[in-house]
Amino acid sequence: MSDLADALASDERIKQTSALRKALIRPELGGICGTVIVFVLFAIFAGDSGMFNSQGILNWSIVSAQFMIIAVGACLLMIAGEFDLSVGSMIGFAGMMIAIFSITLGWPVWQAILITFALCIAIGALNGIIVVRTGLPSFIVTLAFLFILRGFTIYLPQLIERKTIIGGIDKAAEGDWLAVVFGGKILGGLFTWLGDAGIIAVFERGNRAGQPVVDGIPMLIVWALALVAFGHFVLTRTKFGNWIFASGGDAQAARYVGVPVNRVKILMFMFTAFCACVFATCQVMEFGSAGADRGLLKEFEAIIAVVIGGALLTGGYGSVIGAALGALIFGVVQQGLFFANVESSLFRVFLGVILLFAVVLNTYIRRMITGER
Amino acid sequence: MKPEHAPLIEMKNIEKHFGSVIALNGVSLEIYPGECHCLLGDNGAGKSTFIKTMSGVHKPTRGEILFEGKPMHFEDPRDAITAGIATVYQDLAMIPLMSVSRNFFMGNEPEKKFGPFKLFDHAYANEITMQEMRKMGINLRGPDQAVGTLSGGERQTVAIARAVHFGAKVLILDEPTSALGVRQTANVLATIDKVRKDGIAVVFITHNVRHALAVGDRFTVLNRGKTLGTAQRGQITPDELQDLMAGGQEMVALESSLGGTV
Repeated sequence: MSDLADALASDERIKQTSALRKALIRPELGGICGTVIVFVLFAIFAGDSGMFNSQGILNWSIVSAQFMIIAVGACLLMIAGEFDLSVGSMIGFAGMMIAIFSITLGWPVWQAILITFALCIAIGALNGIIVVRTGLPSFIVTLAFLFILRGFTIYLPQLIERKTIIGGIDKAAEGDWLAVVFGGKILGGLFTWLGDAGIIAVFERGNRAGQPVVDGIPMLIVWALALVAFGHFVLTRTKFGNWIFASGGDAQAARYVGVPVNRVKILMFMFTAFCACVFATCQVMEFGSAGADRGLLKEFEAIIAVVIGGALLTGGYGSVIGAALGALIFGVVQQGLFFANVESSLFRVFLGVILLFAVVLNTYIRRMITGER
Repeated sequence: MKPEHAPLIEMKNIEKHFGSVIALNGVSLEIYPGECHCLLGDNGAGKSTFIKTMSGVHKPTRGEILFEGKPMHFEDPRDAITAGIATVYQDLAMIPLMSVSRNFFMGNEPEKKFGPFKLFDHAYANEITMQEMRKMGINLRGPDQAVGTLSGGERQTVAIARAVHFGAKVLILDEPTSALGVRQTANVLATIDKVRKDGIAVVFITHNVRHALAVGDRFTVLNRGKTLGTAQRGQITPDELQDLMAGGQEMVALESSLGGTV
């Protein structure tokens, strides 16, 4: 490669780019900066409020993990050039389906979960097929599903159980092998050891005295990290990842060189639905109930996390790691405001401001990449 | 024409109708290896329809396509690419946000095994991309440079290099020079010349007579869905070509009023 470097150095037409500029045109830049800023701010203003002890960390980690799960799906879909506005409704719908199957119909919980996953992924595929076949903007098609799914989520439990919240799933799920995959915890032994060693807090009174307050890592967080790793791997290291970029960058150009653009897009809609379903299942297992209003506005929060993470709304550019950092910023700020005793409605103000900031930054970065002026 | 070679593609009496519109009305053409065949014609003459028929986008309503002597039926562009017919479209050749190396291997990604997974072989892709780009006289900052930073001419060159690398026998270039400046046009024409000398047949679509004459071996003029004939290099003057393209008489009148500069 050294002769190559010489050949390049000898060409006077090529401006050498500084390392700084190279670092700047990474999609994750905004996410990395944002994460650092957010942690520094809360370390200063809420450092002694318990935000950074074991419970505090678990608290914002869970919220961040929730955002991450749906952000991964939304990120890959956005890079492939499409949106899914039905994510929030899908979360409500999936949770309600698990409840209806397992409580009303009395199926085993694992069966309810598997059927729900199949149903949601099929709806995701339907979203994708309609978008691809009609050529309509995915914005409109998935907006329709936002209402259709939410409508069913409210109507079905009222029709069947005469209420909008179905509970008792935690009891039904006891001892279920698949429910544990979504609602269980891992590394319990490690946390017991940490508690015994005095590194993390333990209960001082009551029937759990001596046990650590945080007794394991919830599967929700494991799912989030696994999905981020999977998404990042597929996007950057595989042939399919190149197809995702190509489909969103310029679908026609990609088709001309033989990229199966329609298949890529439909698969990404299915993956987004899968992520929404993981979110819903973890939530249902955690709460032990399904509610008709679950997942409201989640589609927008997912999109905002993805945009903060450096993805372009127009597709063809972005990063799963960035989206995960966007989700982390979300979780930390949402919970941090609580720890810092700030009115929680200000979180929405923060969302709006950071979204605007991120989009402006992304537009600037894109100009740098493509050399537009 | 090189009589020692058999034609690579023969298009015989191709007709293409879109509903009641007859876009092509019996066009015949042979393309030989190593020649640059210029397809000229004014807007609406049927050039685009014709090359789309050749590259598998459209199926001809009537007529026959022989590829290496055998009748061919392309179901979609992928079939044509597999057979060795590559098309480089003017605006749709490259994806600006993606790196040169990712663009170069788009749709033909090299893979290596990594345990149970198949990975995109970035190291190989980067190396080949840099190598091919140097052959074409483009010095990249690096294989991860975004295509958006390249000039229009360089993008066309990358697309041509890509087609050649993946074994194209026929390269169809759809108005590659129409949006380019003088210098970039010269670069693309030089690339065409280089590719032709490697024995690849080039079909060069243009409506610029001077660009055609600079590299063309043979010239076919299309007008209103028909061939007005094929001429060899040296048998035709630029003025004659220009007149053929514009459909004769009116152009002569127009040109004289503009002082013969068109």
